[in-house]
Amino acid sequence: MTASVELRGVTMDFGTYRAVDNVDVKIEPGEFFSFLGPSGCGKTTILRMVSGFIEPTKGDVLIGDQNMKGIGPNKRPTAMIFQNLALFPLMTVWENIAFGLEMRGVDKPTRRKRAEELLELVELPGVADRFASQLSGGQRQRVAIARALAVEPKVMLLDEPLSALDLKLRQHMRAELRAIQKRTNVTFIYITHDQGEALAMSDRVAVMSRGEIQQIDVPQNIYNTPANGFVASFVGENNKFVGQLTSSKKYKTDVGEFAVTLGQGVTAQSKTRLYVRPEHVTFTAKPKAGTNAIAAHVEDVSFEGNFASIHMRDKTGRRLTAELRNDPTNPPPAVGSATNVTFDAEKALVLLDSDATAYAEKE
Amino acid sequence: MAALIRRYGTGLTGIIIALTTFWLIVLVILPYFDLFESSFRPYLPAADVGGPKDVYSLSNYITIFQNPAEFNIGLFGFTFPISVAIHMWVFVLTILFSVLTTLTSLVLCYPLAYYMAKVIDPKRLSTFLLLLVVPMWVSELLRAFAWFILLAFKGPLTIVLQNLGIITDPIHWTWGLGGFSGVIVTLVYVYILFMLFPIYNSMTSLDTNQLEAAQDLGAKSWQTHWRVVVPHCKPGIASGCVTVFMLAVGSLLVPTLLSSPSSRWFTEVIYSRMFDENDWNGGAAYAFILLFVCTIFVSLTMRLFKVGLADIAK
Repeated sequence: MTASVELRGVTMDFGTYRAVDNVDVKIEPGEFFSFLGPSGCGKTTILRMVSGFIEPTKGDVLIGDQNMKGIGPNKRPTAMIFQNLALFPLMTVWENIAFGLEMRGVDKPTRRKRAEELLELVELPGVADRFASQLSGGQRQRVAIARALAVEPKVMLLDEPLSALDLKLRQHMRAELRAIQKRTNVTFIYITHDQGEALAMSDRVAVMSRGEIQQIDVPQNIYNTPANGFVASFVGENNKFVGQLTSSKKYKTDVGEFAVTLGQGVTAQSKTRLYVRPEHVTFTAKPKAGTNAIAAHVEDVSFEGNFASIHMRDKTGRRLTAELRNDPTNPPPAVGSATNVTFDAEKALVLLDSDATAYAEKE
Repeated sequence: MAALIRRYGTGLTGIIIALTTFWLIVLVILPYFDLFESSFRPYLPAADVGGPKDVYSLSNYITIFQNPAEFNIGLFGFTFPISVAIHMWVFVLTILFSVLTTLTSLVLCYPLAYYMAKVIDPKRLSTFLLLLVVPMWVSELLRAFAWFILLAFKGPLTIVLQNLGIITDPIHWTWGLGGFSGVIVTLVYVYILFMLFPIYNSMTSLDTNQLEAAQDLGAKSWQTHWRVVVPHCKPGIASGCVTVFMLAVGSLLVPTLLSSPSSRWFTEVIYSRMFDENDWNGGAAYAFILLFVCTIFVSLTMRLFKVGLADIAK
């Protein structure tokens, strides 16, 4: 049981505030699709429009090619997992899971049996008669998933369900959610502001800012070829340089002119910035002529185990960051030393500056 | 105790404890004890008090089972004559109509509390609350009197309805429901906030996500209320019901003012024994019957609906 979800020209206004602005997206059946963005970007509003709690001001929501206009949340083939899970505290675990079936008039023995099966599916047997308050965070999470699966939804909507868990458990539940999604083949729409979650779990990710979708792509492309400055800044770390395109492959900044790769829609006239990921930065004592190099002074090195972060400043005082994989034969430069930071033209991206970029920096 | 002394010092702590003790013993325990003790003694001329006739007995209590009279109960168009002790009959009717008052308040307050807690725009809530509370600043006497005027035979309600052409002949508004309609309407009006606020409070603590989760899982509106809202609000509902029931049972003013020829409230019986017959011993006995029976009744009801005292205190 799975279905596609399509948003066609969807706009949502709350009074004079436009929460979602003309969004078009088609989510395929059985896909794990994430909306990623800062708080207030409209991603939760999208989820609530798909679930039916609110109707879009303009545009259509289609689930499995059927227009959902005027269909209430209790009639849609969706199930939602709330940020705080919203388990019913006065019901036992199995009553929680069987709630949807109870509402459909399924008899008690069948409900109980189904609840036990679902507890098996989420690998949480033997807690049927307990109350949610007696379970750990991760166990409650599984109960919430089981409760949503009990109504056999075609689309599962998840509103940052992992945000309340601690780091270890969160990483474990990522894999778990992904596995459950593959096992059930239900379409998952996942809302998060955590880029790690979105990249690790999703088939595709939509990055959102201020009610608009900035980029829809597979996780690798979101990270490696961001559509604009906002996506690059929001997903992952960057060294950023303001400058001007001088030729189709050259970018002039206050610390030199670099060979670069152009991002989507970049022209000589557009307002742009140069982005270099910390892990794409290398060190060279004497850079060859013609390579991209910046003289920098090492301020701090923090050793994280599998990698080290090196914080530097260039001659203008701009902070630069490099990330070096741990390699005892090739240690990071010493604190206080002068070095040259180098990077390949393929990994130096010139991206469009948008209003959205400024917004991301304020966050 | 040690914590109190640490916080307020010995002097202030002493005063607090002395005042509390005074209040509890002199203003609560002693009067009740005196009344309780006198309820077992016969009503005697002053000269005989403390004499050989002044002995403890249950006779003041037993009076409630004496003096049977014929009453007719009308049910579904049939009339059943029954023979019951007069005071017993008044007592039973008082309990029944207090239950009716309580249920009426509950039916009115539940949707209102839900509207205030979950539906209304929070910006308008304070205005709404003010409109509800302001009438309660007027004394109970005046509020009851307002209904006395409104419901009077040939009073404002009759005149308005006559002018609208809805009725032609004046109606005795307080004669309905076996003569208790005026009493019930006014009791509901006078005590309604004691029902509204506990329910409203319990509803505000209900996570709105739970309502949405229920709806998302396919629950219809009534199912959400029955399975999620009502169980959550049970302590508030119980608290409101106990308060309104106890206030209604114990009300003297409203049943006196809004009475009809056939209505009599048990508190009126107590009053007349104490003040008309000057029989404080008998009045005290009846007052304690009312207190005990109501306490047992409320406890049993709470047991039935599985609500603990501690839940209500929340």
